[in-house]
Amino acid sequence: MAKLYEYQGKGLLKEGGIPIPRGAIAKTAEEAGKIARDIGGPVAIKAQAWVTGRAEAGGVRFARDPAEAGKVAGQILGMDIKGFTVREVLVEEKLDIEGEFYVGMIIDDIAKLPALIFSSVGGTGIEEIVRKYPTKVVTFPIDTTAGLRGFEAREMLRKLEIRGDLQKGLSDLLVKFYRVAKKNEARSAEINPLVVTKGGKIVAADSHIVIDDYAVFRHPELGIEIAREFDRPATPLEKAAYQVEATDHRGTFYFFQMERNIKPRSGYIGFHGAGGGGSMMSMDALLTQGFKIANYCDTSGNPSASKVYRAAKIILSQENIDGYFASGSGVASQEQFHSARGLVKAFREEDLSIPAVIRIGGNSEELAMEILHAYTKDLRGKVEAYGRDTSAVFCAQRLWELVEQWDYRQKGPARKIRERPAPSSYRFDTLTGTLHIRHERCDTCAEKPCTSSCAAGILKFDAGRPILSIPPEEAKRGRCTECLACELACEFHGNKAIFIDLPIPGLDDAMRMGA
Amino acid sequence: MSILIDAEMRVVIQGITGREGTARAKLMKEYGTNVVAGVTPGRKGEIVHGIPVYDTVEEANEKEGPLEVSVIFIPAAFVKEAALEAFAAGVGLAVIVPDRVPVFDVLEIAKVAQGKGARFVGPNTLGLISPGKAVLGMIGGRAESARDWFKPGVVGVTSRSGGITSAISYYLGKAGVGQSTIIHVGGDAVVGTPHPDVVQLLEKDEDTRAVVLFGEIGTSQEERVADLIEKGEFTKPLIAFISGAAAKSGTRFSHAGAIIEGGRGTHEGKVKRLREVGAHVVDDFNDIPRVTVDVLKKL
Repeated sequence: MAKLYEYQGKGLLKEGGIPIPRGAIAKTAEEAGKIARDIGGPVAIKAQAWVTGRAEAGGVRFARDPAEAGKVAGQILGMDIKGFTVREVLVEEKLDIEGEFYVGMIIDDIAKLPALIFSSVGGTGIEEIVRKYPTKVVTFPIDTTAGLRGFEAREMLRKLEIRGDLQKGLSDLLVKFYRVAKKNEARSAEINPLVVTKGGKIVAADSHIVIDDYAVFRHPELGIEIAREFDRPATPLEKAAYQVEATDHRGTFYFFQMERNIKPRSGYIGFHGAGGGGSMMSMDALLTQGFKIANYCDTSGNPSASKVYRAAKIILSQENIDGYFASGSGVASQEQFHSARGLVKAFREEDLSIPAVIRIGGNSEELAMEILHAYTKDLRGKVEAYGRDTSAVFCAQRLWELVEQWDYRQKGPARKIRERPAPSSYRFDTLTGTLHIRHERCDTCAEKPCTSSCAAGILKFDAGRPILSIPPEEAKRGRCTECLACELACEFHGNKAIFIDLPIPGLDDAMRMGA
Repeated sequence: MSILIDAEMRVVIQGITGREGTARAKLMKEYGTNVVAGVTPGRKGEIVHGIPVYDTVEEANEKEGPLEVSVIFIPAAFVKEAALEAFAAGVGLAVIVPDRVPVFDVLEIAKVAQGKGARFVGPNTLGLISPGKAVLGMIGGRAESARDWFKPGVVGVTSRSGGITSAISYYLGKAGVGQSTIIHVGGDAVVGTPHPDVVQLLEKDEDTRAVVLFGEIGTSQEERVADLIEKGEFTKPLIAFISGAAAKSGTRFSHAGAIIEGGRGTHEGKVKRLREVGAHVVDDFNDIPRVTVDVLKKL
């Protein structure tokens, strides 16, 4: 779920007509001091982080004057709260609190409706409120198409004995709050606490809004960089991975780093799953075996070979992983040779130096295993592939044995397995890359396995050299499925003339910054 | 018998001319599903694997109907429209294969389905299969694999993971246990036909003698199945595996989410609750076939 910062959420609330405290965002102590001066009077300084428990961690503090505000902001900025480094603070007027409430919206998966939650007790977490004051919480299922009506909001409040002007003000707020949540397609939203000031004003003192990942595409105005459920800002590698996902619609690709700065020989595995359930089960197998997991990655939903290739490249760019483990459900509906070719291309380009166990059961698993074994024999690392009749637990054990025996010192530097294409190559663009053919090599090629390996049937011979048999625009639009078969066929059975360049924007930068 | 799909029901495929739609039309047709029409706006008159294509579901219904089931292969952003179109044409079951469907769209689909007395499976589902009869979606991938992997029998399978749905059924088959209907309920938090709905349908199916359930951490589907067992509304033996024991639970349990679910959703909670009501919860996924064989022997 894409979490919004408090100040972003408050911006949306304000837009929806809900009062928020006067204030602004500061990136430096000086800025914080200046904002405090503009506000005049005591201020609150709040760390902007996607974690709960900011106050307990010292990320929410008060200051009497601008000088103190600057000093406090300086202490909060750069702080580490549960692994989240604070880069911004929100400086706001300190509210004169008369009463606190809780307002929230969640999606009730049982009723399949949004539900509004209101409590006459606010300030602490909703779980604690429910436990301690069950009679002071009301929930109300909302009609998805009609929205929340004013009378429904008043009825909720009446149940908690909230009457008079306060009832009027709060019911108005509840209606507006739901509108904000719905308009921005929140997966969940909270104002906690919702404050009534001594002057009788209702103000949203805090905000937690989480946008539905799947709806982020409809809300470019929110500026969400990665529509993923992260508790911290994305790492450079995660950003590179997300770009791959965002620009290639074929199948899905999820990548999440669980550990960075891995020490050599510390038992971390690069994990490459396929499908949520199979991935989780395979991770359980790794953990039970005693491994640690560097990253979670899932390519599924019939991904292209090029997508699997990019996933593997990203996984392998993590320093000091001791092994590579790919395992899904074991009985996949999609043709498994696509994933096999993607893995092989990545392994070859990196000259894999660690053991890899690939559990690739499903349709065409025999061919997939053959590809993985035959085309990795010359690499420094060892690749073992298994099919649907081998369990994830066995594969994790097998990787353990390989890692135990592996000599991580004597593998030598990576060799250049394949040269980059010459500028003079024949080339055409594919959906996400460019295919290069060094035609002069085709002239001395006896086997010419390229055109027959092309499942899409878009290559033909012209004077013995393979060229496109369709207009280049069509290849670029996706007629070339980036199955990678021609490249591997050419390398092993032809004259090493074909290279498919599949760039991964941001990967080099990510590696420079220490993947 | 079987649930939700058999060899006679008339099926339409929405998005039949797309990459997945075309590939899975072949699977369904060759397996024996009674696919009578496909729909892609603007492509009326085309034929895909022998299946006539129409511009709208209503047109397909007039020409080839009455349509009972629609399988949807449409990009996520347009799934809501497609599902509402299917329900408007009188389709009683929509199988929504795509993932990444916005949750408010799913809620709207649910509301319309409820109003029409219709049902949907998914989104983010591999589909379902009644072995030997018909397949909806993409389970098995190819007809010959689906025939090879899934055998008709007496065990119903319901799973929250697509790949695992196939895996469990295949391993059961290897142990000599066939299946009545196999369903991937969908990987999202809000799905049309979650585990509790599936087991209630399987309860009424005479040919189903036991149910295998693959659960995951998050949501309260497994706990609600336990509630049904406790209330006597689901009485057949249940063999269950809950995934995610060692995996980091992640952040999917939003604090607010716990209020309605009453603290449900954890691995320990699900296992404990299912065991309390007498379900056979296995700790090792690979034990599912053996335990299922034992359970069936005792019936």
